[in-house]
Amino acid sequence: MIIQTAGERAFRTFSAAVMSLVTLTAFLPFILILVSSFTDEKILVSKGFGFFPEKLSVDAYIYMFGNITTFARAYGVSIFVTCVGTALSLLITTMLAYPMSRGDFKYRNVLAFAVFFTMLFRGGVVPSYIMWSKYFSIKDTLSALIFPNYLMNGFNVLLVRNYFKHSVPFDLVESAQLDGASEIKIYYKIMLPLSIPVMATIGLFTALMYWNDWINALYYISKPQYYGIQNLLIRLMNNIQYLKSSEASSMLGSNVMELPSNAVRMAMAVAGVLPIVIVLPFLQKYLTKGVVIGAVKG
Amino acid sequence: MPLKRRTKAGNTLPLLLVAAPGLLYLLINNYIPMLGIFIAFKDINFVKGIFGSDWVGFDNFKFLFKTTDAFIMTRNTLLYNLAFIVIGTVCSLFIAILMSELLGKTYAKLFQSGLVLPNLISMVIVSYLVFAFLNADSGFVNHSILRPLGLTELNWYSEPKYWPFILVIVELWKSAGFGSIVYFAFIAGIDKSIYEAAKIDGAGKLKQIFGITLPMLTPTIILLGLLAVGRIFNSDFGLFYQVPMNSGALYSTTQTIDTYVYRALIQLNDVGMSAAAGLYQSVVGFILVIVANAIVRKVNADNALF
Repeated sequence: MIIQTAGERAFRTFSAAVMSLVTLTAFLPFILILVSSFTDEKILVSKGFGFFPEKLSVDAYIYMFGNITTFARAYGVSIFVTCVGTALSLLITTMLAYPMSRGDFKYRNVLAFAVFFTMLFRGGVVPSYIMWSKYFSIKDTLSALIFPNYLMNGFNVLLVRNYFKHSVPFDLVESAQLDGASEIKIYYKIMLPLSIPVMATIGLFTALMYWNDWINALYYISKPQYYGIQNLLIRLMNNIQYLKSSEASSMLGSNVMELPSNAVRMAMAVAGVLPIVIVLPFLQKYLTKGVVIGAVKG
Repeated sequence: MPLKRRTKAGNTLPLLLVAAPGLLYLLINNYIPMLGIFIAFKDINFVKGIFGSDWVGFDNFKFLFKTTDAFIMTRNTLLYNLAFIVIGTVCSLFIAILMSELLGKTYAKLFQSGLVLPNLISMVIVSYLVFAFLNADSGFVNHSILRPLGLTELNWYSEPKYWPFILVIVELWKSAGFGSIVYFAFIAGIDKSIYEAAKIDGAGKLKQIFGITLPMLTPTIILLGLLAVGRIFNSDFGLFYQVPMNSGALYSTTQTIDTYVYRALIQLNDVGMSAAAGLYQSVVGFILVIVANAIVRKVNADNALF
């Protein structure tokens, strides 16, 4: 055991104090929306958002569950897009990375450059928008939320390529070849099972990107039934009237005038953050790994 | 070895087929839009089609750079990014060093999960958080800070002068914790015996930080800083569009190249100007990445991106 001097102990206490403060700062805004979502609407209007409300209320949540169809559909869209997008992304990313990792594949350097160049230069938003909307006609379809921009990125491909190259022994591939296994078979019987760690890391980041995306919908979606949770939140923030006018709430009739609008907004924000807070402890390991990989070159 | 050569030749096509879906996606999503950069040199008329539209040379660029928008968006993009790089690095380092002082991995982990949470949420949620603090009618700042202090309440969403501070704080809040994890990992990798030796020589904690930790981290700081400089022409669309609620009154301090391209294309329907701004961003961004990488390579060849 190393003996601590008084100065070291003081510094350690100082560190713990400042870190607690910093972490609290990271949390405070979340606590504010959580508390506000449980605050009585009249208090929110007269006293504003606060950490210690005078009167609590669950009206916002009652309202939310009363209009479950609107929210459930948005949740459904987000979940569908996240699952399908992430699965497809992992599939094509690893499939492209596998041949590039093979030292005996003739075009590996050509492919590596083709992938790498996309990280350096982009055609820009306008050509991309015109292509997707005018030539692929993906406006107002779920494809618009999956395909443009996010499905695969060069960085992840190179990351997986390096993983295949350095962490999967080439002997395994060679012996499978001698046994007459096809390339597809080697890919999914050997490469995929052995690359779970790297897939977990990039899969996590891809899933977060899809769950948090709202920009594709901003460009390509005009019909609210294709809005995911993020775009519903935007719509709700810009116009609380949307709730009042939406089909689902027409059933509420006269109650609409007493809509707890501020609290409902915050309750929705809580609903948007909740899935991330729930999965965070399970993903911590891959997350920190991903950050460090992301900081050094792929 | 004839067997090996046969496998090799025989495998090119199957391997290409495995790569095909990914390549097809790159072709569509990345390469075809690159060909589309000539849209910036055309007077796009959708009746005539992209290929049938008239060439106008550099007219779109001339019009763009005649507007004050071009100056404002370039200035904002550059200054915000510089602020983010400098202040972000300092804050991340500060947090990382303090975190490394904490005894026990459990504590460090606990703080880490708390600090990364802001980074994992969308800018839409961030805009809700900012709204809860700043909206004029019921925001926390107006009601619970300014009013009790007897100060005038402010209409934050229509006062451009406060937004440089607000946006820098929001960006730091969102990303500093995440950034600190990188530095934390590097600090954890420093040989502990160096600190022990310094201690025996009578160096205090501060001396150790300035004499060992920071010098050891300098190459990493420079590398990450340069890579950030390479991306200095890009900005987080959500931070500058969604967090200020797309408020027109704030454009003078919130407009960046990314938000301009979106507004010109979707809201103003001005394809030419938008394409010109987008190409301006892509080309300058490309040059900056190349230059930054060349400098990194000069400093330390191992750290260069390519």
